Amino acid sequence: MTRRGRIVLKLPVWAACLAPLALLAWRAATDQLGANPISFVTNTLGDWTLRILLASLAMTPLGIVLGAAWPVTLRRLLGLFAFAYACLHFSVWIVLDFFFDWARMGEDILKRPYITLGMLALLTLTPLAVTSTSGMVKRLGGRAWRRLHRLAYAAGVLAALHFIWLAKVGRTDQYWHAAVLALLLGVRLVHWGVRAVRRRRAAAAAVGATPSAASRP
Amino acid sequence: MLIKRAERFTSNDVTDPALYLSRRELMAGAAAWALLPGASAAALPAPAPLQATRNVGRSLNEPPTKYEHATTYNNFYEFGVDKDDPARLAGSLRPRPWSVRVDGLVQKPKTFDIDELLRLFPLEERVYALRCVEAWSMIIPWIGFPLAALLGRVEPAGSARFVEFTTLLDPEQFPGQRPGFFGSSLDWPYVEGLRLDEALHPLTLVTVGMYGRVLPNQNGAPIRVVVPWKYGFKSAKSIVRIRLVREQPATAWARANPREYGFYSNVNPAVSHPRWSQATERRIGEFRRRTTLPFNGYADQVAALYTGMDLRKHY
Ligand code: HEM
Repeated sequence: MTRRGRIVLKLPVWAACLAPLALLAWRAATDQLGANPISFVTNTLGDWTLRILLASLAMTPLGIVLGAAWPVTLRRLLGLFAFAYACLHFSVWIVLDFFFDWARMGEDILKRPYITLGMLALLTLTPLAVTSTSGMVKRLGGRAWRRLHRLAYAAGVLAALHFIWLAKVGRTDQYWHAAVLALLLGVRLVHWGVRAVRRRRAAAAAVGATPSAASRP
Repeated sequence: MLIKRAERFTSNDVTDPALYLSRRELMAGAAAWALLPGASAAALPAPAPLQATRNVGRSLNEPPTKYEHATTYNNFYEFGVDKDDPARLAGSLRPRPWSVRVDGLVQKPKTFDIDELLRLFPLEERVYALRCVEAWSMIIPWIGFPLAALLGRVEPAGSARFVEFTTLLDPEQFPGQRPGFFGSSLDWPYVEGLRLDEALHPLTLVTVGMYGRVLPNQNGAPIRVVVPWKYGFKSAKSIVRIRLVREQPATAWARANPREYGFYSNVNPAVSHPRWSQATERRIGEFRRRTTLPFNGYADQVAALYTGMDLRKHY
């Protein structure tokens, strides 16, 4: 892809990922965060962390479904934005919500399953963010890097569970988010399955023949 | 006995309603505002003023939460599960005409018209702390009369041990009662309950107004109870029936999630909810968390109701 093409693709992603922050900043500046601003900010950041994380997890399945290469070029950017939002969400919890009351925070991490899950989701995302540079891909080697970055799905599952656990009776958006995640995982599983079957068939056909196109990874 | 003050309480003692009114009108003027959370309450007309005498002895000496916050940040699932749903959707509730049936194990069951109730009992204002199970709190100047006075009228029978409150069931007026894609949030109608001695406690208030005005729809119009030493959900809103019974009522939240919500639900910093530690709370309008007080600060008045009870078990 040309440099120009990459910019055209990535610019809207930057804009879309920064817009929620800009809106939040505008609301804060104009006193429109409602009666419980800390909770509002925490929840808004949590919502966008999850949405952007799901968007990053959607790129590979989207590439598969469309048979296109461009979605995957957005994966890293979206993943890093998800991590940045998660860090902000976590920082608000530490600074605004608990105001550095480490004892209480420690207790919450251990005792509230939803906090434990959120913490695990963030911890799972961290090595992925650290190894997201091209240099790291080279250093780890493509295979090991790809294997490590499958953890993104684990982070997605942990985040979805964090949301399901914290959402009170009567809310439904937590299930919609989980359903989207399940769909994305489903596309991948089907794809893996199809590929495995093709590979096996190709291997069988390849006995005495030249490798077919289907056996390409 | 009630402690009464000779001077008429005017709402100016709390917050000048004209002040919130002008604010609300201003907000309504800004067209873009309508899309923002918390602001849509501006679309509802401000409730009429309501005179009451402040009961100083039963009032906290703390500044009330902003009226704007107390009327836009609500848990009232009959309108929806989000905090701004009640303020946004409360226009569909019709608080007049309204009647409340008081019956069950009583000598003189009776259906009271809301306006009759307002005439029958002298209204007092009480500034109470409201503590939500979600670990936030407000200070609200309620207007009402003790539930004991109302129950006295119907003469509870000796066999009555509990009082059950039922909220209006009407999906036309309460959009939150219409089943959604994943079913209903709670089993309607909303039912709450108190032990008879809790119901008769002088702090338990039948409430018809707040901030010097008639109760806004989103706060449980036209009539609700306020039980200040318990988590907010115990204080049933928009009540149509009060029934005295022998057995402990099956209350809405305890039915929905018995592990998380007990029948007593006294504010208790030592017993944490699986989702929210109850040790601290955020007072709406404040930045730092406060430590939560046993019985929401009313321990000296109500702790005696529970002597000998294990409040960890009866949470
Ligand atoms: C990848 C990581 C994470 C994701 C995707 C995420 C996502 C979310 C979402 C979707 C919500 C619900 C927002 C709403 O109610 O609309 C939320 C709320 C919340 N999250 Fe996270 N979260 C993450 C990590 C964390 C961490 C590390 C913590 C703290 C240790 C945390 C603490 C909270 C808290 C305190 C709430 C508010 C709960 C409430 O309102 O009762 N989250 N988060």
